[in-house]
Formats: sequence, structure tokens, C-alpha cells
Amino acid sequence: MLQSGEWAYTEKLKEHFESPKNILKGNDTSAFDGVGMEGNLQCGDQMMVAIKVDKENEKIIDCQWKTYGCASAIASTSILSEMVKGMTLDQAFNISPKEVAKELGGLPENKIHCSVLGDKALRAAINDYFIRNGMNDRVQKVQARTVCQCMNVTDHDIEEAVLEGARTFYELQEHTKISTVCGLCKEDAEAELQKYVHLHFGA
Amino acid sequence: MSSRQIYFDNNATTPLHPEVKKELVAAMEMFGNPSSMHAFGREARANVEDARHRVASFMGANESEIVFTGSGSEANNTVLSLFVCGSGQCFPGMRPKIVTSRIEHPCILETSECLVHRGVDVSYLEVDGYGKVDIDQLEAQLKAGGVGLVSVMMANNEIGTIQDIASISALAHQYGALMHTDAVQAFGKVPVDVNQLGVDFLTISGHKIYGPKGIGALYVRKGTPYCPFIRGGHQEKGRRAGTENTLGIMGLAMAVDMRKAEMESEAERLLGLKEVLRKGIEERIDEALFNGHPTDSVPNTLNVSFPGAEGESILLYLDLAGIAVSTGSACASGSLDPSHVLLATGVDAERAHGSIRISMGRATTLEEVEYMLDVLPGVIERIRNMSTAYIKA
Repeated sequence: MLQSGEWAYTEKLKEHFESPKNILKGNDTSAFDGVGMEGNLQCGDQMMVAIKVDKENEKIIDCQWKTYGCASAIASTSILSEMVKGMTLDQAFNISPKEVAKELGGLPENKIHCSVLGDKALRAAINDYFIRNGMNDRVQKVQARTVCQCMNVTDHDIEEAVLEGARTFYELQEHTKISTVCGLCKEDAEAELQKYVHLHFGA
Repeated sequence: MSSRQIYFDNNATTPLHPEVKKELVAAMEMFGNPSSMHAFGREARANVEDARHRVASFMGANESEIVFTGSGSEANNTVLSLFVCGSGQCFPGMRPKIVTSRIEHPCILETSECLVHRGVDVSYLEVDGYGKVDIDQLEAQLKAGGVGLVSVMMANNEIGTIQDIASISALAHQYGALMHTDAVQAFGKVPVDVNQLGVDFLTISGHKIYGPKGIGALYVRKGTPYCPFIRGGHQEKGRRAGTENTLGIMGLAMAVDMRKAEMESEAERLLGLKEVLRKGIEERIDEALFNGHPTDSVPNTLNVSFPGAEGESILLYLDLAGIAVSTGSACASGSLDPSHVLLATGVDAERAHGSIRISMGRATTLEEVEYMLDVLPGVIERIRNMSTAYIKA
């Protein structure tokens, strides 16, 4: 239970919100080796991640960011930028939202999506690095179709949710938060759900 | 965390008026059940009926027309639930349609949605850019026939816009519909007289006027169809079962008395502070966009959007500086949807996400407003500096 004066967020998250690390000053990203952006202002969250890479060993030596979003979104990108420094590109590419949330000491259920965008922006930045350096074969573009623009949920996310047990639209929402903002994708999301349920379980 | 604590969220709730607090402390000695016939009960009953008289008289009603409820939400639910009976046996002549607006409080909107599933037809009036309901659309709905109730809030909780309830009410009656207004955010801030407004039902709440939480009241014009929402007792002349919240009722009456004494001077003072706040924001922060009606608005409420800055972040950085506001980005309240009120006024989702509501009260001082004006520009600049929304292409 929350005590008087306590935030709904963890102390770690509050620390990163009060004093965010590695904010990109100004708008110039030309000194960086890769830049990625994810999210949508209309949906309330957008994140941009810019990385500098030591080309010899493919390690991230600097990571800066900008975020439009709530305290959870700001703190998630801040802590992500700290986590990835010193990691190889492959290690950084595989950071999961769960790991980001764990570093923050946990996130409220309704804020999980805020940590999802940061790692997607990071992946986009890593892919951007590969493209800039002529390593198109290493670009790990997930050929996914975005079904829910607001929550950035792809058809792959829906498939994963089905494989994890989602069968109804409500269960799909519980897994992915799909269609919880503008709701325009509901019909499409339901069709995708049915498709994957049929594909994997023949129902 | 700042040692200062400045409260700019009076539309969410207000602190107890010192006189209300005194009343409640004194009343705690009195524990009798108003329904009991002995001396203890009679004392409680006398206090409840005295409170009813005071609440009624401040809105121009007769005391027999006041039903005490557990909240404004309960009062609103009570009015709409009439239509469950309306489509059944109690009021077979009741017309089956409700017309309300897009910017009502969730206790009206969610109840309306529920009623749709129970066979009641509900339609929603659009509002203009200032949050004023579309009267032409209302007339068209009424002309089409079948409207049993029009329910439009008097002042909006988020943007403060005041509706012309007297005209809406006259129109509703012209076509034979009953008229309800949720006056929770208007009552005690601007004059509310049930006869001038011409309403059949009117809702108020205690904790928005420096009274206790958990007490509301519903005005029901004499002779208007009525159906109890809570059944099982003879209290409130059978109109609302449950032992009366005697303390809450007495606190509400004292809060009303205090509003009677202070409302006019407070309205003038708050309007002055609102203007200082509005001008200060305009001068010190680029691209501040004000929401709601510039003049037809409750005196204490200012709603403003800051493009490039997200609402919850604004709220929490202000909180760190000791200032409490609320936000139009419901992300802060656990839902991700931007405010339905701002969207209804034509504000886009991004602007809605970046808005805050500053609602002042009787404790607000010019010095607090100036502190806000010192702190807010830095907060917005800080958020914009880390925002993708301020990255130029």
C-alpha cells in the first residue's frame, strides 16, 4: 500500500525521472553512428535513441535520447541509455522490455508499454548503424505489420500472445494492451487473433 | 521534494472549510439514528431536517425537494436509473430516450452506456471548440421525438465551461422532456437557482465545496417522476434507503452556508487570480494553448496545453516543486486515453496529452499563483528539451 508522500513509482524510477541521464542536448544527431525513433505523439509516447559505436569491437560507447512521454517513459529511456553502454550491438539488440522494467525496480501494469518503445527505438538505432555501415545483411528488421499504431503492437506480437495462451480479444488486450487508446484497430486486431488461433490451434 | 505544498486541484476535491470542520467535530457527539423516535433520534432528525432546509434554500428549492445521497455520482446515477423503470412498469408513459453530452462526467457517460444495454436509447450532443453544447443538435433530437430526459452538466470539471442551462431546460420542456443538470462543479462557484435554471433534477456534491466527502444531494422538483436507486428503507421519504449520513449532511449544510457567505467575493477574487495566471503563462511560455470558454467559465478553473510536453510529466515535475495540479492526459490516472472532454472540443490527442488543469480555491493566494508562474516555465522548458516533439525535421 502506498504510504503518505510516496509515489506510485519505484525510487529508482523516480531517481531517473528527477535526474534523467544522457539526454541529447539540442537536435543535432550528426555526431552519432545510429539513430532510431519509435512511437507516436498522438498516442502520448515517442522515443528517439542515438548511439555511438566503437567500430573495432562493435560496442556501444555512448547512448543519448529524447522522449515525449510520461515519467515512466522518461525514466525507461534514461535507464536504458545507461544499461547499453559497453554492450555489444548484439547484446543491446536483445534487451527486452522486461529487463528495462526490472532495472527500474518494476513498473505499474498500465505503464509497461512505456518501456517497450525504448528498446524498439534502440533496435531501430542499431539497424540504422548497420545500414550506414553497409551491413544490410545484418539488419534485423522484424518484418512485422503494425496493427495498433498507438500501442505499437504488431502482428508478431499478436501471434506471440496467442502462443502464450490468449484466445479472446480481452486476453489479447491483457497481453499486448492492443486497442486500448483510440480503438480504431479493434476489428483488424480481432481478425489477426482469429487467424493465429486458427493457424496454431486449428480453432 | 519541495517543502512547499500548493494545492491547485480544487476541482478534484477541496479541503474542509474550518467552519465545517468545527461543525463536524461538534456533531460527532451526536450519534442518534434520525429514524429513532427517542430523544437521541429526534436530535439527529432535527439536525438533518435543518440541514435540508439550508441546502434547499441556497438553490431556491423547497426542503421536501432535496434527497441526500452518498455522492454526486450516486445522485446522477439515480436520475438516469429512472429510465430502467421508465422502460418497465413504474412509468409506462416514460419516453425511452436520453439526450446527454459528450463532455459529461464518467458517472453519466458510463451509466448511459449501461442503460443502452438495457434497452434505453441514448444520444450525445456534440460541443464546440469552447465546450458549449450544440443547441441546434439538441432541438433536432427533441423534434425527432421520444426524448424523456435531457442531462447536461452545468459546468465542466476539466475545462470549466458553463452551459446555458436555462435555455437548454426551456427547450427540453418545450418538447416534453425532463431536464437534469449535474451542477457538482458549478454549485458554490456561481449562482445556482433551480427555478431560474428551470431544471427538474440537479446534482450537488459536498466535497467540491469544502464540505465532507461521501455526501451529495439531488434536487427533485415536486411532482417529477422519481425512482429510488437504493431501496430497502423508508429514509428520505423512501427516496433513498440507508441510515442518513448525519455528520456528512450537517457538514454539507455548513459548507453551503459558507458558500452563501463567501461565494460572490471569492468568485471575483479567483477571477482576478485566473487572469494573472493566464497572462503570466501566456507571457512566459511559448505556445501555451488555453482550453475551455474564455468567459463562460467557472472562476477557479484554467486548463492549458503545452505542445511538446506530456501531461503526467508536467504534473510530476510540479509535484516535486510542491505544486499539485491535474492533467488532461489520463495516462496519469491509469487509463491511456486522452481526456474525452478535450477531444470533444476538437483538441487533437497530442494537445490533449500535454494539458494540465489548474483549479484554484478559497485558500489560493496571489503569492501561490506567482510561485506557480516562477516554476511552470522551467518545468515546461525542461520537458520540451528532452522531448522528441521539439526535434526539428
